[in-house]
Amino acid sequence: MATQSSRSAARLMMAPAVILLLGWMLAPLITTLYFSFRRYLPLRGGDQGWVGFENYTRFIGSSAFWPSVQTTLIIVGGVLVITVLLGIVLALLLDQPMWGQGIVRILVIAPFFVMPTVSALVWKNMFMDPVNGLFAHLWKFFGATPVEWLSQASLQSIVMIVSWQWLPFATLILLTAVQSLDGEQLEAAEMDGAPFIKRFWYIVLPHLGRAITIVILIQTIFLLSIFAEIFVTTGGAFGTRTLTYLIFQRVLESQNIGLGSAGGVYAIILANIVAIFLMRIVGKNLDN
Amino acid sequence: MARTVTTNRKILNTTIAWAIGLLIFFPILWTILTSFKTEAQAINDPPIFLFFDWTLENYAVVQERSNYMKFLWNSVIIAGGSTVLGLIIAVPAAWSMAFVPSRRTKDILLWMLSTKMLPAVGVLYPIYLGFIKLGLLDSRFGLVIVLMLINLPIIVWMLYTYFREIPGEILEAARMDGASLREEILYVLTPMAIPGIASTLLLNFILAWNEAFWTLNLTAVNAAPLTAFIASYSSPEGLFYAKLSAASTMAIAPILILGWFSQKQLVRGLTFGAVK
Repeated sequence: MATQSSRSAARLMMAPAVILLLGWMLAPLITTLYFSFRRYLPLRGGDQGWVGFENYTRFIGSSAFWPSVQTTLIIVGGVLVITVLLGIVLALLLDQPMWGQGIVRILVIAPFFVMPTVSALVWKNMFMDPVNGLFAHLWKFFGATPVEWLSQASLQSIVMIVSWQWLPFATLILLTAVQSLDGEQLEAAEMDGAPFIKRFWYIVLPHLGRAITIVILIQTIFLLSIFAEIFVTTGGAFGTRTLTYLIFQRVLESQNIGLGSAGGVYAIILANIVAIFLMRIVGKNLDN
Repeated sequence: MARTVTTNRKILNTTIAWAIGLLIFFPILWTILTSFKTEAQAINDPPIFLFFDWTLENYAVVQERSNYMKFLWNSVIIAGGSTVLGLIIAVPAAWSMAFVPSRRTKDILLWMLSTKMLPAVGVLYPIYLGFIKLGLLDSRFGLVIVLMLINLPIIVWMLYTYFREIPGEILEAARMDGASLREEILYVLTPMAIPGIASTLLLNFILAWNEAFWTLNLTAVNAAPLTAFIASYSSPEGLFYAKLSAASTMAIAPILILGWFSQKQLVRGLTFGAVK
């Protein structure tokens, strides 16, 4: 149905979006690359010229780098494991016949709509505060000493807060996948006497495989760049400085643009490694 | 895969599901409840659940002290502006990709998606610098542009997946009946596209509302939206749980309500059509 004129009209209609995104991608990217090769300290002498790969080696060589990579991996990995496992359980549960299914679904999804600064603050003060937090009351009730969550168990606490935010997302996507499962196949397996574990392992789990992959990839992209949750709770202290947070501190707090930009390039490379896998799956889906 | 089960089983399902649902929702519920307590009751040991003296005082104090309405207005302008602007740019693009696909359509779509993967922190300084140079720092206009660009790939993708479901035969039929291109777009396509556009609008409004990297780093006073308003509560000043709760409730209430309407679109929007 595409004629020559409709094709050029189509190109014209696409142009604004393509040009804007191209500019949005290239201009900052090139600037970041440029600064990453320069010694640039706006408050201490400004731009002091080319330094080759010095920023790159210094960023990796700094004592904060490897801990920040480790922290990032722990947070991303921890949240992924929790949200995917609980997400599968919840999706299977929500798919069962029950009363008030719609309302339960709404209750489970709600945390996703809470803005990150709110959930971080609410958890930090009203639940994890060692004196007045709800957890402290609960611990005292059972005769235990309240835990100083955000300093003694800082990473676990952040993993918990972020998992609470992302569990709805995982659940919702896995639930959508569960609902597209062929019920007759399951019933046949059940009648043949296959126990729940076997039905789950051989029928449900393979069916969910694609959805699980997508949940993992998309969450990874978002989790690699979580910011507000750390900014509000610990400010990067107590071993919670992720790669994203380290770069933020280099750029805006210590105003070392060259060093921060080199870190930014590392973050971009890291995100792209994940992105390639996601794009493959999405791309395959476009073909059919 | 709905199956018939015994009543006992259904009761068991219902009990477990409600218990877990309430547990997950509890932090939000607790925040809302605390917002109606006095500061003393908010930190009472043991915690008081329902039987406290309900008061609206916190809401009045928060509004008075921090001018909540101004932050709310900034959030509305920034989230609304970026979403509407994004739609204006994305609708024609998604439209042409869905109805006049070329060999490169797939590559363009995937490339657009890839711009979304660019970690914000990697381009923080260039954007920051550009904002200073252009005088956009702490301006609503600047944030509208940035959030529009961040969400543009999602908007294009969502619209594309919706538009692709509109059958092309209908357009051909309209053309056979002598409809002009303008009539075709106005009377045939638009009515069919409106539900998709509305869902896209809703989801992206929510995403922009909750965005908390650029809104925290590029605003100070004038353009600060609710995300920054809440972050300003992170330094405690004595007894403040009830007020924190009131501020939090006010910041999330509008979006919780919108969110409940958009739960179906959420899956499609955030998985780029890969899960439907």
